[in-house]
Amino acid sequence: MKSAVIVFPGSNCDRDAHDAIERVTGHAPAMVWHQESELPDGTEFVMVPGGFSYGDYLRCGAMASRSAIIPALRAHAERGAPILGVCNGFQVLTETGLLPGALMRNAGLTFICEKAPLTIENGNTQFTSAYGGQREVVFPIAHHDGNYFADAATLDRLEGEGQVVFRYANNPNGSARDIAGITNARGTIMGMMPHPERAVDADHGGTDGLGVFESLLGSA
Amino acid sequence: MKARIHVFLKPGVLDPQGAAVAGALKTMGYSEVTEARQGKLIELELTGDDKAEAEARVREMCDKLLANPVIENFTVEIE
Repeated sequence: MKSAVIVFPGSNCDRDAHDAIERVTGHAPAMVWHQESELPDGTEFVMVPGGFSYGDYLRCGAMASRSAIIPALRAHAERGAPILGVCNGFQVLTETGLLPGALMRNAGLTFICEKAPLTIENGNTQFTSAYGGQREVVFPIAHHDGNYFADAATLDRLEGEGQVVFRYANNPNGSARDIAGITNARGTIMGMMPHPERAVDADHGGTDGLGVFESLLGSA
Repeated sequence: MKARIHVFLKPGVLDPQGAAVAGALKTMGYSEVTEARQGKLIELELTGDDKAEAEARVREMCDKLLANPVIENFTVEIE
């Protein structure tokens, strides 16, 4: 699978994303600087990595979501090709409108860096199919603004359509309905605050994140 | 011209920073405080002298970048 990772000023999980993708697919992704206006020809999967693009100024992901590369990301989305946004990448995808809702300041106001037990709510997505019947996973979280918000009608729609993919077992940040990760209506774009790319090696403390990338590889 | 833009969270959207500010004020003895909402003030210096056009353009800037319509409202003053 031909992959790309978008890099913004302030991204800091881009190398983790690169290594996780390379480990699972056997091919290194293209690292695409935000000032580019096109993705490499034949790109099948795009990851928007975590970090603190533009220092989280104005709102997390706000400036990054207006970058030169974003029209190409939208075109990729419109083709129905998969996109995964993690942490700041999730914030960028909500700011672009590719995913519904917004990520707000953690309810407890503190930056949280810990292992988060999650429940896989939908194992039939192209991001979770490799987990089989497994329901419980543990991914690291590291964020200050991971408090998922959407209006009640949007939350009902997300739950009704199976778009809530991951839920926190112990809600760390005040997210509405314990939501940790969602997809768009077509199921082609997933955003999540926890970091699967930081759980792909025993030396990371766990390999629960591999399933996300293995699922994508299987669906490519 | 100058544009003064207030961006604030919509009613009903949890504002943990505002809640912390209200809690601190109460702890300091200001028991009359029942709620605090924290927003942003953005000032822009603008060229041109057509206030109506300036306001329309600044509102467009708010829709496109300065405010997030999912969680925020805004007001624009031109002077």
